[in-house]
Amino acid sequence: MTSTTANDAIIRTAEGVPLKLKLLRTTRRNRIVAFCLVVPLLLFILVTFLVPIAVMLLRSVDNPIVAETLPQTVAALEHWSGQGVPDEAAFAALAEEFTLARENRTIGRAATRLNFELSGMRSLVTSTARTLSRGEQGPYKELLIEIDGRWGEQKTWATIKLIGQRYTTVQYLASFDLHYDAAGRIVAQPEVRQIYVQIFMRTLWVSLLVTVLCLLLGYPVAYLLSTLPSRISNMLMILVLLPFWTSLLVRTTAWIVLLQTHGVINDLLVWAGLIGDESRVQMIYNMTGTIVAMTHILLPFMVLPIYSVMKTISPSHMRAALSLGANPLVAFWRVYAPQTVPGIGAGSILVFIISIGYYITPALVGGRTGQLISNFIAFHMQKSLNWGLAAALGTVLLACVLLLYWLYSRVVGLDKLKLG
Amino acid sequence: MPEPNDSLVRFNEVEKTYDGETLVVKSLNLDIARGEFLTLLGPSGSGKTTCLLMLAGFEPTTHGEIILDGEPINNVPPHKRNIGMVFQNYALFPHMTVEENLAFPLEVRRLPKTQIAEKVRRALDMVRLRGLGSRMPSQLSGGQQQRVAVARALVFEPKLVLMDEPLGALDKQLREQMQYEIKHIHEDLGVTVVYVTHDQSEALTLSNRIAVLNDGVIQQIDTPNKLYENPENAFVAQFVGENNRLLGKVTSINGTGCSVEIDGGGKVEALAVKIDGVGGRTLLSLRPERVRINPTEGQVPNVFDGRVEELIYLGDHIRARVKVCGQDHFIVKIPNASGHSELHKGDQVKVGWAVEDCRALDA
Ligand SMILES: Nc1ncnc2c1ncn2[C@@H]1O[C@H](COP(=O)(O)OP(=O)(O)OP(=O)(O)O)[C@@H](O)[C@H]1O
Ligand SMILES: [Mg+2]
Repeated sequence: MTSTTANDAIIRTAEGVPLKLKLLRTTRRNRIVAFCLVVPLLLFILVTFLVPIAVMLLRSVDNPIVAETLPQTVAALEHWSGQGVPDEAAFAALAEEFTLARENRTIGRAATRLNFELSGMRSLVTSTARTLSRGEQGPYKELLIEIDGRWGEQKTWATIKLIGQRYTTVQYLASFDLHYDAAGRIVAQPEVRQIYVQIFMRTLWVSLLVTVLCLLLGYPVAYLLSTLPSRISNMLMILVLLPFWTSLLVRTTAWIVLLQTHGVINDLLVWAGLIGDESRVQMIYNMTGTIVAMTHILLPFMVLPIYSVMKTISPSHMRAALSLGANPLVAFWRVYAPQTVPGIGAGSILVFIISIGYYITPALVGGRTGQLISNFIAFHMQKSLNWGLAAALGTVLLACVLLLYWLYSRVVGLDKLKLG
Repeated sequence: MPEPNDSLVRFNEVEKTYDGETLVVKSLNLDIARGEFLTLLGPSGSGKTTCLLMLAGFEPTTHGEIILDGEPINNVPPHKRNIGMVFQNYALFPHMTVEENLAFPLEVRRLPKTQIAEKVRRALDMVRLRGLGSRMPSQLSGGQQQRVAVARALVFEPKLVLMDEPLGALDKQLREQMQYEIKHIHEDLGVTVVYVTHDQSEALTLSNRIAVLNDGVIQQIDTPNKLYENPENAFVAQFVGENNRLLGKVTSINGTGCSVEIDGGGKVEALAVKIDGVGGRTLLSLRPERVRINPTEGQVPNVFDGRVEELIYLGDHIRARVKVCGQDHFIVKIPNASGHSELHKGDQVKVGWAVEDCRALDA
């Protein structure tokens, strides 16, 4: 009895093949074709996007330099208690490997890497290696401490032990202005070296501000565009898209001409007597410059999604609301505005995510105080060559974006997201 | 019972132009009685929607006055007119449930919550949608959405409800069902309705009076049966119901009747409704169901020879296309009653009609 009901549950075709299976077979070809169509893009994304991200994630914890240059020393330090200074074996290994590294010309890299963690390490390492290469003999403990008193300090060795780890979290700690102290505890960096948390906060704040400004400026424009006859709205759309079509340098130069202390706006203000000639306003090469320029360039990303949503809202909704007795403001607020939420969400998340990683505009018009996290990442990639820290900062940034995305999908729902 | 002179809406010499070049509505005078179901019927582009929009306040009048309940409303904004409106695409708010849609007009009027709930419930009952109140509009069928739209336009008890082709998007069967529902709602509530359609059978079904609009001008305004039986001009005759057209020249007038020389040959006695006088051109209008096949001798004055060109069997009646007076497209409707005459394609027949059924109108 039970077996027959179980059989009945499966609907079969005339040949006795279960219907589900049959459907799967008949759609297989379509699915294969569809897959083949996306393979090139898939490969492209894999090679140019996913792999680099994976490499970045790896690099943020990967820490090979010291471990490879001073393997014996690192091994010897493994048994060190972390109190006082290590025993002779560690000193001997260090001296030997310093000499070797100097011959191989790898000592510089190791010195730089150690210097990121504890300033002064570079000169200590290079000068010690130079002295050792003159063929000095042990016992090395006394010898090294004689060369430089810092070899007798616990924190020098603690740093080598810490940075000698093949995989490390120091970069992430550094991203949050933390580090291991000499005793191996996680503590805040000294005040003067605290910088990234503040920059992250600044970046989030600027992104939020730019998003809000774009929304305030873009929403009415999108509304106008969606209500005008298409002939006129197309022309206005060109104005909206103009920032996309002008070269970055032209645009930046224009902002400089307008905003600099002897620029158009300041001249106008002085001329109108609103400010004195000595108290001209600094509007570029600082945070103001960054915000103004970013709002300008990101405005289309806000206008376009909102516009495309508004375009689909039938004008009869507003009329219906009015005819039902709502005054125009109420009608707009209760009937029109809620229907534009998907556009607002899409535009805001787009602008926010682009802002949070924005690099070029702050670099050009941000001056010293208008720099965002990306500029620091770029600095570590190009100038200080501390790629590990750059990767860690980048990963934190990525995590921020993913978190926001997740929040958005929880609060608004991704299915409501409407891009273009 | 509403008194005939008790007018709720009056259009007084109303004109409307959108572009400043062409008048879309031309010197419109119209009185709509309290409790009346008035339909604006006309072809596409005749200005029906424009009239409604002016009445609802969404389009300003270019000239003239609209009076609602004794007050000129030209300067009253739409949300203060207290006029319910049903739109062609329903215009239900997609982000609100059915209940929220219905509550909207009550909420903006700041009614107490309990009263709102009660009115919404009654409105749902009225359109037989109890239990669907928490659905979103997108989860309803076309007919259900339509009912919500009607309920929403009525829930705040306006004196006047405007409907702009509310059934245009429904299929034929549903449309007919909804016509009855709207008719019953109108009868039950006694609300005044101005209804727009270009479907003449819908207009005939629903209305107390029909205003036939063409090119921004009211051609005739009358009850459905008068409109059908006594069209006053060629446009109305043609637009409302089917009709045979015979062009000719008036040869003599005698009292209410006249003689017309048909272009294709033959002399017809007709009712003089709208003619220019002797020698003027005229169009004779004749309903297909009023034409008799092989009438008995002396029964009707107009009898002509014809030839059956085509027969279409339609169940309740048979349509015959007959060649008469040089006219190829002369249609005769023969009721499928027992004992009706059997016709065959190619038969020679006599067709005849009474003087009262043949109206001489403007050419
Ligand atoms: N907003 C507008 N701007 C300019 N012309 C318009 C506008 N709305 C309507 N018209 C013109 O006014 C005339 C009447 O339009 P209206 O919409 O009133 O016609 P209608 O009788 O409702 O037709 P339909 O049955 O197709 O809905 C048309 O010729 C139309 O082109
Ligand atoms: Mg219309």
